[in-house]
Amino acid sequence: MILRRPVFWLILVFAALMAFIPFHANDVSMREDLILVALAVILASNLNLMIGYTGYVNFGHIVFYGLGGYVGLYLATVRNWNLVLAALAAGLVVSLFALALGMGILRLRGAYFALATIGVLLAVQSFVANFDPWGRSTGMYVDFSAYQRLGGARHALWMTYFLVIGVMALSMILSLGIKISKFGLGLFAIREDEDAAVVLGVNTTVFKAIIYSVSAFLPAVAGALMFYKNGMIDPSIAFEFMLSLEGIVMLMLGGKGTVVGAALGGGLYEKLRSYLLTSPKLSNFQLVIAGALLLLVVLFAPGGLIGWLYRLVPRARKVIE
Amino acid sequence: MSGILASMIDGLLIGSVYGLAAMGLSLIWGVMDVINLTHGSVIALGMFGMYILFAAFPVNAYFLLLPILAAGLLLGLVIYWISVHWVIGRSQLSSLLSTFAVNMMIIGIGTAIWSTSPYNVNFTLRGFTVGDYTFTGNHIAAATAAVIIALALELFLYRTRPGKAIRAVADNREAAELMGISSTMVLALAFAIGIALAASSGALVSTLFPFTILSGAGYQMKSFVVTVLAGLGKPLGALAAGVLLGLLEGAVTPFIAVSWIPLIEFGLFVVVLVAFPKGIFTRATA
Repeated sequence: MILRRPVFWLILVFAALMAFIPFHANDVSMREDLILVALAVILASNLNLMIGYTGYVNFGHIVFYGLGGYVGLYLATVRNWNLVLAALAAGLVVSLFALALGMGILRLRGAYFALATIGVLLAVQSFVANFDPWGRSTGMYVDFSAYQRLGGARHALWMTYFLVIGVMALSMILSLGIKISKFGLGLFAIREDEDAAVVLGVNTTVFKAIIYSVSAFLPAVAGALMFYKNGMIDPSIAFEFMLSLEGIVMLMLGGKGTVVGAALGGGLYEKLRSYLLTSPKLSNFQLVIAGALLLLVVLFAPGGLIGWLYRLVPRARKVIE
Repeated sequence: MSGILASMIDGLLIGSVYGLAAMGLSLIWGVMDVINLTHGSVIALGMFGMYILFAAFPVNAYFLLLPILAAGLLLGLVIYWISVHWVIGRSQLSSLLSTFAVNMMIIGIGTAIWSTSPYNVNFTLRGFTVGDYTFTGNHIAAATAAVIIALALELFLYRTRPGKAIRAVADNREAAELMGISSTMVLALAFAIGIALAASSGALVSTLFPFTILSGAGYQMKSFVVTVLAGLGKPLGALAAGVLLGLLEGAVTPFIAVSWIPLIEFGLFVVVLVAFPKGIFTRATA
């Protein structure tokens, strides 16, 4: 049972604190910092389902976030849908898209799949940049009056913040739920040895397509919320390859394959990045430092921070999953 | 009609440069099963290498390819030692991520030095004119240089001892080691040659188009497309597939907006990857 896992309650407490503290202090700049942390956790956690659990590297994970943003914004502004409904619909549409796509490209294994994901990202980006209803390369804007329906811009911003925190908590709970399920065991079997998994009766094609599709849902919802909050979207910010890659750095840093590791890596990396970007001396070297960090982790600590903790305190495995 | 022909000839010339870039990727991939994600940033370094050398020695830019090839070999050894040597034998994910990490570092340092604004190498060879169309000398010279380098690599791989050792290791590393070939040396050499090819293709591109430190990424993607089209470990196949891609670009350019080309290329890439995982020159044997 998921309710008997200490991590489950930890996630809830963590999310509640993240929602409550900036609201109580009415601190808008803290809220803007934390929403980026929450986004990093969402992206890293869902990427973990592919890289950490199933062993398939997805370089183009951000495509789900961007497409979710586009579908959500289109429904919420052009079609005047309720924001929550629009975000959920965006998640659903993008998941279905991922399912159909996954059936095709998941026939590829290992590095070939990884390359195909780059191709998918760039193909989708250039399609959207030429797609008229979505404003081609100039993108779409949220009309300011749209916020009025949510009780004014100020209220709308807080509401999207709480929703994003909710999506973050759901991402982590989803990771935990899959990890302790039979489905999760099937994924781990695919990661360890796909041929052996087939022999043992795991329907690998279906498992892989499902997890690919599931890993698309919450990032797409988050995309709809984030771009609604930001008020605009265009192909270069929606499908930022860099962000896709930074998701991998976050995951490796925290520890792939663990629920807490993905979140920890996401949070820490986001903090590090905002520190580097605002520091006058180091702002040019954000990429260099991120790269060096990734290299060190890959070469010397493939388990990331959580893997290191496991080695230090083997009993931590039971609590920190 | 002659417009399409001219556009296709242009595509063919540029395609041979794509092919050269892809040969570097294909060699490394085929020999050591490493997908070298520093490829794009090395192509960009080749462009800036040409820019710096040409600024210092304003001779015929195509002679400067020799020092760039040599520097590429050295750079390749360094990158090999930093990112690849330690993960040989580990899962493909490790080398994918470690070369990617080095890619981020190169791009980061490059951005700090040159920012992301465009540069160009101001060197023009006289071309010739047929009817309404002019073929620039640079395109012809770049294509010729690419073909010469490709043929030299082919000769090296098939006619010299180190070249044969590389092919032996690619074929079966353990058997090659039993024959007394030091596989570490061979892997380092193959990686260095791959990087030198990438750098030289970047240098050739820099004589054709303006470039930024980020330009390499686009050529890296084209290299993936070409490598996948050609199948692994076939240097001349990569050259041919590069020419094919160039021809395709040239053939569609007159008809559709340039902004659609990436969609066609990457769509083609994904489709070929799924439908012909061994390349279009190999008959699929499931």
